[in-house]
Amino acid sequence: MVETDILIVGAGPCGLFTVFEAGLIKLRCHLVDALPMPGGQLSEIYPKKPIYDIPGFPEILAGDLVDNLMKQIEPFSPGFTLGERAESIEKMDDGRYKLTTNRGTEHLAPVIAIAGGLGCFEPRKPPISNIADFEDKGVEYIIRDPEFYRNKRVVIAGGGDSALDWTIFLADIASEICLVHRRTSFRGALDSVEKVMHLAEEGKVELITDAQIVGLNGTDKLHEVVIKHKTEGEKAKSTDHFVPLFGLSPKLGPLADWGLNITKNAIDVDTLDYSTNVPGIYAIGDINNYEGKLKLILCGFHEATMMVQSAFKFINPDAKLSFKYTTVNGVQGFEKAES
Amino acid sequence: MSDIKTDITITVIDREGVEHVFEAPTDMGLNLMELCKANELPVLGTCGGMALCSTCHVYVKSNNDLPEMTDDEEAILDQAFFVDDDESRLGCQLKLTDKLDGLLVHLAPDGE
Repeated sequence: MVETDILIVGAGPCGLFTVFEAGLIKLRCHLVDALPMPGGQLSEIYPKKPIYDIPGFPEILAGDLVDNLMKQIEPFSPGFTLGERAESIEKMDDGRYKLTTNRGTEHLAPVIAIAGGLGCFEPRKPPISNIADFEDKGVEYIIRDPEFYRNKRVVIAGGGDSALDWTIFLADIASEICLVHRRTSFRGALDSVEKVMHLAEEGKVELITDAQIVGLNGTDKLHEVVIKHKTEGEKAKSTDHFVPLFGLSPKLGPLADWGLNITKNAIDVDTLDYSTNVPGIYAIGDINNYEGKLKLILCGFHEATMMVQSAFKFINPDAKLSFKYTTVNGVQGFEKAES
Repeated sequence: MSDIKTDITITVIDREGVEHVFEAPTDMGLNLMELCKANELPVLGTCGGMALCSTCHVYVKSNNDLPEMTDDEEAILDQAFFVDDDESRLGCQLKLTDKLDGLLVHLAPDGE
């Protein structure tokens, strides 16, 4: 069980910077994020885009900002639970919160800082009416272990790098691999497109373009997909697995059920300290809402700074916090926490 | 807002079929996605207008001279749902200029 002072939900820029500000006042942090890497929207959506409104940086690539933040917080040895979605929270007898992820990992902390951004990134599901019925029964949105598909028949849908790369990879593992795409051209890396075309010519991959999956049939598990061609009508194709790879989009997710006041997919906070209606739980960055709120990274940085002061007082109600400047004191890091 | 010159008329039909007519300025560097958001229409604009999501997906029904589609926009529409090859555009890529006066669009179904 992970124990820490501040459990941060979301490892985007604001969650990451929280570690720094918390560290200056000797509070330890652990971050949980559904993505497999830190950086949030910056890493997932726009790593190569320049950002112009980070104070002190006339221009900085989003990915570089994440790298800088990771370096900045290194002295404070934050822990990370990545690739897992924060699922449920429970108040324990000692007043601390226990946060459990969707993979069952448990974390204990007196304070939770929700830096969830726009919500947690989840796979975009194609608009097939009964797709939910086949989830984990033949429909998967993420390929965790390619061996799962060994000697199975697989249909992949999508036109980007993910769809192309997995088609290439599974060509040697699956018994049958079929790639279905709505258009005739693909938007992935040219190299990958060429490889797929080549594999199709060799008969190792079945390529169906100008087509979409419009239906799924099966009883206790997936049995066939229904493919609709732009001009040639519909046909059924027997398969064991359907893997739609249409990228990720953010959803509020389980946060919506944590008893927090939420307006328009954002958590209402008190601008004194960015606390929510639940004592010990704060919300910073794009995920929060207050009059005049601007969804800017620099605003999230400010909110993180104010929030940790309040968190300190919440955790140590009798202690006095003296304000220190880093120019006077430097940055005194922690030893690595025992995991 | 009463001091800002309002130049063009844009009509947006939402996902319930309700028609919304807006007067929009052409001198504020706005795009269609921002116009919709400013007027409380259910357009998320998740990526902020960088052509990295498809939440501002619209069907253009009028004959306006639209800005040419960039590679980025095409790449996103490639993976979007409910796409019409002739009418689909991303609202964030449609800058409000004189050329868009009289624009009529429908919000595409929520593909997220």
